[in-house]
Amino acid sequence: MSAANPINPPVVFTQDELGWVSWIDPLPETELTERHFAGLVDRARAKSEYFRLLVRDPEVLEARTRTDKDIFYNVADGLPRAERELAAAATSRYNGCIYCASVHARFASTYSKRRDDVQRLLDEGIKADLGERWNAVVKASVALAATPIAFGPDNIEELRRAGLDDAEIVDVINGASFFNWANRLMLSLGEPSK
Amino acid sequence: MGTLDIIDTLAGIEPGSALDAIRARRPQARENAQKSYLALFDPVDSSEVSLSERAAVAAFVTGLHGESPVVAFYREKLATSADGAPLLEAIKGEIARGRTSGPYGAYPAGPLSIEDKAGLIYRVSAERRPVLGAKLVAALEHAHLLVFRPRDASSADMKALLAAGWSATGIVTFSQLVAFLSFQVRVVTGLRVLGASLGRTAAGA
Repeated sequence: MSAANPINPPVVFTQDELGWVSWIDPLPETELTERHFAGLVDRARAKSEYFRLLVRDPEVLEARTRTDKDIFYNVADGLPRAERELAAAATSRYNGCIYCASVHARFASTYSKRRDDVQRLLDEGIKADLGERWNAVVKASVALAATPIAFGPDNIEELRRAGLDDAEIVDVINGASFFNWANRLMLSLGEPSK
Repeated sequence: MGTLDIIDTLAGIEPGSALDAIRARRPQARENAQKSYLALFDPVDSSEVSLSERAAVAAFVTGLHGESPVVAFYREKLATSADGAPLLEAIKGEIARGRTSGPYGAYPAGPLSIEDKAGLIYRVSAERRPVLGAKLVAALEHAHLLVFRPRDASSADMKALLAAGWSATGIVTFSQLVAFLSFQVRVVTGLRVLGASLGRTAAGA
């Protein structure tokens, strides 16, 4: 690295909007075929460097995108969106993904109207006291993110005591587990920029 | 498609059970977690990452998470894949060497540096390098980073994979493979724990 890093990476967790820069070559927009557009699901994602990188394997990207959307956006029943986003933000905070945490902390703030509590999760980390229900969601997410996986009957009991039913607990499991997928891609294929 | 749902199978979810009904409320997530699995292990194009490479990485990654039905499943996949069986013993040995506790790693230098946590920087053992080959050696070393210390990842790790013979497209598929397995093993564990708690409730009622 002879020149100064032009990317200007963030050095703290933040709810600000960040950019993301790939370390390997995304496909150029001009080379995208119908197979690639099927993989992108939303054509607008062709503008994103991240998705034009992942679309190098279109079948996996398409299935991953549709899994993601149903886990987070299907709110006909189950856990409120805010708490699914909290699970995503807590997982990202624990794994250390500043980019993912920024996006999903923002969503958690938007849907919960508890921006200050979300910011405390980012500033203080996973031990921040956010009240019984949020603490249970954060703790379960963190236990799932640990390797070996530390999630056990105590986590289920805490979630139940906090008022979550079994379907809502499955939403926590899905949301937190999905971010162990997302964090690893975002952290390893490129880096965030301010 | 006719294929059994892999998460239901590994989590022991029976048709008609309470968890089957709950999973049915997220039909797209269920169907596409399965499609992700099929796209990774029964791909339309395996020219960049071979089926035996996929099976070897899967056995290694799930093995690093500790013993479970998921580990047994991918070990069997490796044992029965065309060029995979000779790799099985080497992968088992490398899992034993690579097991540790995560996540750990370093943040970009700054206020978060106080949260930096040191841990194993795993490298494949010298005696197993010949049987695994340069490409798979680089893959296992990077997979270990992804499993335990993803926040340590840097552009130098991409260069190491490229230098070991991985293409950009191969790196994307391989990264998706490790990241997907990180998801799958957690969903299966979470659902198993929840399922066991339901069983206890029913038995105690």
